[in-house]
Amino acid sequence: MAAKQKIRNPELIRGVRKLGRSASYHKRGLWAIKQKNGGKFPHHQKAPVADAVPEKAPKFYPADDVKKPLSNTRKPKPTKLRASITPGTVLILLAGRFMGKRVVFLKQLPSGLLLVTGPFKINGVPLRRVNQSFVIGTSTKVDISGVNVDKFDDKYFAKQAEKKKKKTEEQFFEAEKPEKASLPVERKEDQKAIDTPLIKAIESVPDLKYYLGARFSLKDGMKPHELVF
Amino acid sequence: MPFKRYVEIGRVALVNYGKEYGKLVVIVDVIDQNRALVDAPDMVRSQMNFKRLSLTDIKIDIKRVPRKKALLEAMEAADVKGKWEKSSWGRKLIVQKRRASLNDFDRFKLMLAKIKRASIVRQELTKLKKNSSA
Repeated sequence: MAAKQKIRNPELIRGVRKLGRSASYHKRGLWAIKQKNGGKFPHHQKAPVADAVPEKAPKFYPADDVKKPLSNTRKPKPTKLRASITPGTVLILLAGRFMGKRVVFLKQLPSGLLLVTGPFKINGVPLRRVNQSFVIGTSTKVDISGVNVDKFDDKYFAKQAEKKKKKTEEQFFEAEKPEKASLPVERKEDQKAIDTPLIKAIESVPDLKYYLGARFSLKDGMKPHELVF
Repeated sequence: MPFKRYVEIGRVALVNYGKEYGKLVVIVDVIDQNRALVDAPDMVRSQMNFKRLSLTDIKIDIKRVPRKKALLEAMEAADVKGKWEKSSWGRKLIVQKRRASLNDFDRFKLMLAKIKRASIVRQELTKLKKNSSA
């Protein structure tokens, strides 16, 4: 946005502005410009308009009238991040394979999902995407300043396209061998790169390592609506 | 069996219902059978039903309907706040508030501390048992 512009004629209340016709005309100052230019407002000649080229009739008309769909200029933006979730916050995952695990929040990806890591050595949660709705944000923060998360985005987590193999007849009858896709080395390297400075920051806080390694669960007498996270 | 805490001018009470829940107030006057005029340092003097008040052991020395300044001075002289925080009722409330405000990490640290304390106690107990049986 441009630098805040001065409001010449503020609205005092709906429908009523501060200055009336004469005052606002005077304030606008066009009279001063007119005065400087001898009674007339300075005016430059219009640029000559080139002759418009006459439109030729189209060579081809489509057979049926096709309705053009309405244009959609909506640009999806990432979900609004809850105020309690800032980079370095410890989150509690509420659903999925790592239900109950306490993980460290890194950043919000352009799709709106949260990038999160265990760290892997502490609780087995790798670099992973997680939906904000399935997460409780605690008030515990970890120092995340030593970590560079710029290279991660949704494309990094996209499923690898399966290569279709042409089968010969005998291979059809052979039981399909499940190809185990082992983790690419790049993922392991990235995990290590993110986790090492994180683990250092975590170990500087007493008991935080054990906290992140433990799972959260509701015990007897705990009322979620009364708990402070 | 006889009553020990009486409604009287200067009796300190705890509000147990309503907007002022949890506040310590002083009974400054009795309006009728059910209501008292009640005042505290941080609130406007107002009426309150006795049912909303829980009487405490603390009583301060004031005249009927004192000025706010006189009330504050009397409360300072009697050290109402100090007496309340030392009393077992007051201490209980402070602990309740602290427990309710515990963070998830704090609750985890509390669990570790409880386990540690229990293990120390159990060690001492086994030592004592061994000594007594030996």
